Parts: sequence; C-alpha cells; structure tokens
Amino acid sequence: MKLPRRDVVSELLRERGELLVIAGLGSTAWDITAAGDSPLSFPLWGAMGQAAMMGLGLALAQPRRRVLVITGDGEMLMGIGSLATIGVQQPANLTVVVIDNERYGETGMQRTHTAEGVDLTAIAAACRFKHAITVTAELVSLRELVYRTQGPNFAAVKVVDEKLPLVLPPHDGVLLKTRFRRAVLGDSADVLAEKR
Amino acid sequence: MQPDWPGQVHRELAAAGVRVVGYVPDAGHKQLIELCQADRSMRAVLLTTEEEGIGLAAGAWLGGEKTVLLMQSSGVGNLVNVLGMVQVCRFPLLVLVTMRGEQGEFNPWQVPMGQTTARVLETMGVAVRQAGEAETVAAHVHTALRLAFEAQGAEAVLIAQRVIGIKSFEEQRGE
Repeated sequence: MKLPRRDVVSELLRERGELLVIAGLGSTAWDITAAGDSPLSFPLWGAMGQAAMMGLGLALAQPRRRVLVITGDGEMLMGIGSLATIGVQQPANLTVVVIDNERYGETGMQRTHTAEGVDLTAIAAACRFKHAITVTAELVSLRELVYRTQGPNFAAVKVVDEKLPLVLPPHDGVLLKTRFRRAVLGDSADVLAEKR
Repeated sequence: MQPDWPGQVHRELAAAGVRVVGYVPDAGHKQLIELCQADRSMRAVLLTTEEEGIGLAAGAWLGGEKTVLLMQSSGVGNLVNVLGMVQVCRFPLLVLVTMRGEQGEFNPWQVPMGQTTARVLETMGVAVRQAGEAETVAAHVHTALRLAFEAQGAEAVLIAQRVIGIKSFEEQRGE
C-alpha cells in the first residue's frame, strides 16, 4: 500500500513539541509547510543532497533535542554518502525519514532509482543506522522512531505519486536561519559567542 | 626549521570555540586532523565528499556550534552548487584548503582544479586568503575565524603546496 504524503507528514509533525525539523528541497519542504510552518523548521530551497547532513550537524550541536530530517527519495539519492557519514557518527537523536514517491516530483514525475528497486532502507541499515524500516501502512511505529527511539534511525515511507498544490514556506534564507536560531538558542542567537 | 603550523592552527580553532571539524582525508592536513581528533572538545567528522561539509556546518550553526572544514584543493570543485546556500542564508563558513597542482606537483591531473581553486571559491562568494609560508598560516586562520563567526562571512584559507611539502612519486612509493 502507498500512503498520501501530506497525511504522513501531518501525522509525523502533530504535537511536535521541541522537535527540530530539516526538510529537503521540493515537495517535502511544501509538505512540512502544509502541516504548519514553524520557526523550528528549516525548509531547504536548494543545496540538493544536503538535508541529511544538515540534520547531522544540528543533531551534534543539539544532542538533547530530537532532530528529524524529512526529505524526498531524489534528494536522498543525491546525498547517499551522507548515510555512511551519519552511520559513523551514530547521533542518537537523529531520524531521517524519506518520503518516497519513487519520482522526481518537481521536474515532471520522472522515475527515480527507488522505482527500479533500489532499497534506501537496506542502504541505511548497511550504513549502521540503529533502526531502518520501510513503512507502507501504519504510522505508529514511525512516530515512535522519530520521538523516542535511540538513533540514528531511518525510515522510507512509500507514498502515492500525486501532484499537490504548492504550500510555500518563507524563502528568505537569512530569515529562515535567524528565526530558527532564535527559537533554539534564545537571545544568545544574536550575540557574539564568548570565547570558551 | 618550519614552524608548527598545524599546532598553531589547532590552537586558533580551539580558542575560537570551534566544536565540529568536517574533513576529507588529506596528506597535507594529516597532523591537523589528528590534533582535532585527539581534542575532546571537538567532534571530527569524516565526510565521504567535501560537499557534505557544507550541510554539516550549516546544520551545526543552526544549533549554535561552529564548524571548520578541512579539504584539499581538488575538493573545492565539489562544493560549488551548495555554496549557493551559504551565500543566500549568510551561513558562516571557514574552509582550510591544502593546495595541490602548484609547486612541484607530480600528478598533472591535480593541476586544473589547483589552478582554479581561488577563482572558483571567489566566484561563489567565498573570500580567499593565501597562506604562502608556514609562518603566516595561523595568522590567516585567526583573521578568517573572526570574519566567519563574528561577521557571518564565507572564508577560505589556501595553504600553499610548498608549505605542506611537495609530493613526488618516490615519496608516494615509500609511504
């Protein structure tokens, strides 16, 4: 079975609390915005392939918070090496969720490698992710993975290849960065860091 | 005797509060990488490609930590598209680049990227400092650290091949 992507993302972000979210460019950035824009979300408008690495940097800098990367299969494939890099670092607070429609949705729905049987979950497991699952139906275990399970965790959620209305987040990069840092770091975000 | 530039640079990074060091293995950076790995206040992150370092540094900055990236000149070519994000978001960036394709390069395939490293960085909005002698590396890093993290600048320090030593086929065989 394949799931409707916006329902999946809304369910994942329901009552998200302190969860920090990075979304890969394209459809997943629109998905998290459709679920409700937040200063604790950083939707990417570019840097394709870097969503998971941004999640790693954030997870290392904020080890007491849960960090979720939501990205597409095409974006994940472009940064596939980052799964190996995360596997070496073993961040316990990081989960990478790939919303896998097996298509490049922004460029005309061309088939991706996952449509031809490439298995991202198996790659993540081989890269030493503690938990790596493919989700085709119920989302309870997925929420458990994102909010509670010791990571690094990976899930590929198989979704319908539907074309949905765009729900756009702010696109000013400086604004997105500044609001995120203020929400995470408070007033100290804008003050020159003291030398420690 | 050459000054201990890797030791000096490591002290600069530590004093500035750098906590994350993203690196791609490189002979010129060998000592500095080892110093960062041994420093318990730093997290050394082995990358599969230099591009990953940009995501790493941006993510760490969103969480309040400073990152430095270590790579060789060939790797600069792998950064081009993602440097767009650094520019658009004004993420602080500090890249320390050991040069290939300069004085006494033994591998001609290193030359094209080595000759264009500074231009590629500048084209993508990264300010370039050339450290041509071992004595000047730490001072350049000191300045670049301040510009990166106190003025949200994108900075690179290029460490000349004559500083890191010239590789020959004979040396390679002996390794």
